Amino acid sequence: MAQLEKLPFPPGRYPLIIVGSGPGALQLTYSLGRLGVEHAVLSDDPAPGGMFRKWPVFQRMLSWTKPYTGLDRGSRTYERYDWNSLLADEGAGRAVMPRIMDGTSYFPSRPEMERGLVTFAEACSLRVRFGCHWESTSREGDDFVLRTSDGDYRTPLAVFAVGVAEPWRPAGLEGVPHYGELRPAETYADRRVFIIGKQNSGFEIATGLLPLARQIVLASPSATKLSVNTHSLVGVRARYVQPYEDWVLAGGVVVLDTSIEEVKRTGSGYRVRTRSAKDGSVLTFEVDDVIAATGFAAPLRDLAQLGVATFGQSRLPAQTPFWESATVPGIFFAGTINQGAQGLKKHGIPSNSGAVQGYRYNARVLAAHLAETRFGMQLPRPHLDATDVIPRLLAEASHGPELWHQRSYLARVILVDPGQGIVDDGIVPLAHFVDSAGPDAVAVALESNGRDDPYPAIYIRRAGTVTEHLLEPSPLLDFESSNYTKALITALDRLLSPSISQPQL
Amino acid sequence: MAVQDDIADRIAGFALFADLSGPQREQVAHVLDEAWFSEGERILRQGFSGSGLYIILEGTAAIRIDGVDRSLLKAGDYFGEISCLLGEAPVADIVAVQPLRCLVLPSSQVESFLKAQPLVMFRLLQGEARKVRTTTKWLS
Repeated sequence: MAQLEKLPFPPGRYPLIIVGSGPGALQLTYSLGRLGVEHAVLSDDPAPGGMFRKWPVFQRMLSWTKPYTGLDRGSRTYERYDWNSLLADEGAGRAVMPRIMDGTSYFPSRPEMERGLVTFAEACSLRVRFGCHWESTSREGDDFVLRTSDGDYRTPLAVFAVGVAEPWRPAGLEGVPHYGELRPAETYADRRVFIIGKQNSGFEIATGLLPLARQIVLASPSATKLSVNTHSLVGVRARYVQPYEDWVLAGGVVVLDTSIEEVKRTGSGYRVRTRSAKDGSVLTFEVDDVIAATGFAAPLRDLAQLGVATFGQSRLPAQTPFWESATVPGIFFAGTINQGAQGLKKHGIPSNSGAVQGYRYNARVLAAHLAETRFGMQLPRPHLDATDVIPRLLAEASHGPELWHQRSYLARVILVDPGQGIVDDGIVPLAHFVDSAGPDAVAVALESNGRDDPYPAIYIRRAGTVTEHLLEPSPLLDFESSNYTKALITALDRLLSPSISQPQL
Repeated sequence: MAVQDDIADRIAGFALFADLSGPQREQVAHVLDEAWFSEGERILRQGFSGSGLYIILEGTAAIRIDGVDRSLLKAGDYFGEISCLLGEAPVADIVAVQPLRCLVLPSSQVESFLKAQPLVMFRLLQGEARKVRTTTKWLS
């Protein structure tokens, strides 16, 4: 296997620069390279992997790779079951994770995840300038100037794939150790531990400390949500629900919906005062340790001073549907920061852009977008026969990994253009499709409402107006039956030529 | 160390949350998500499913029906509540006139949220009553 080049991309001017070497950056540089887009990649880290070089703290992922599916692991369809591999078009870079996992769990260990990313980078001969620390950013004419530990880099297009991994605490918790500062687990043996925050990071710590801590209190103002109830990645994931069960059944864990009013050092421990939003009652806890599992922010350094707007506790940059800063053209984002491009967020369900299985597809779409809009490339778009449209749409809804992993967010688009004919426009951000002008077209996305089984959603653009058509959910997740064909024939009747308006069942 | 929450402090000045205690506002701030929209971006889309209740923190938005702007919304105003309460798609687009920062509650959570926060429910009912009164005056 190829060794990674040590110090490519010396300081200078490049048409595009990516900052980062986590999975988002690796996917983007791979996809840009396949399209022949010249660019440089800079990273502070000494090797590929990003946050997976050290986290999650208890050393196992909560996203899975299912080894046995009856599908060819090299196939596109298999990606639906493999949430952790990056996407190569062919060869040793495809479906890396099931090859290197040891088979004891379908959740990769953290070292396996890190090794998978290194393997991908080596198999695809990706080039990254490691150990190059991005220090500051400025403008010089049409260029951004990135000052780094290795010298100045100039570029008109910068993509920041720097993760959302900067510990964040609300004011008043400055001295409290954060999730990222957890001591070795065994040092919590027989101690009373108060965890502030009831999202995955809080429950991950609680899960890891169950066999050690004397008592665990998990507290935050709002009630705990569980992903198995929200039918989405919103809420605590199944892997970390055990402390919740201990609370409900045994009482070794306490889960409280309460405001944290004060955290005070008391000799070797802490005193934590809470107040219930329900009845105003005050509880005071004497504990040995307090851990702030209060979230993370995007480490954007001085980009706000250039005008990059951010929002929310995580200081996510506001982004267009193609992941460009909404306020500073020319600055793009990749990787988990893509959460800042929220898309339609129907029923309050976010995209999976915060996780590898979601943003790996964003990166591929972004690479194509940059190639076409900034580098003058015209990427091939296959023509379709009219009779192929409905089967294509339904096959994508049933098997398309982009649609499955990025529900209500990425869509397969087919253009019906008098000039070009019927053309497969590829995978496109749904928000872009529904809010932008263009020729008559149809898009298919897979959607969830947090209640029912998933269902295909068809968006039809005619004469500049987009309408939504929801199909029925399927408990077997199969949308290729005759009922769906009939529904689409009706929905697309006015869009497509009369030649396919007759059912071909 | 007293623990502070910026959003909880900010919504203290909004009529919708005026009756809540500090811990109640903090709870509300944790339940609602934050979102940001560029000038010209659609927040609610006429005829699309899966909307939510939005409360404006900063910026201005237009109520747009069939391409015509009917009214403006500003910080402290809210929208989307009718489609959430009726379980129907919005009958208007809501479009950011300036960069817009909002708090969001998905439609599926509106009922449980209002039942858990009766003081907010009463304020929201007052707001709906004002809208009905305005419409009645306009029709008469």
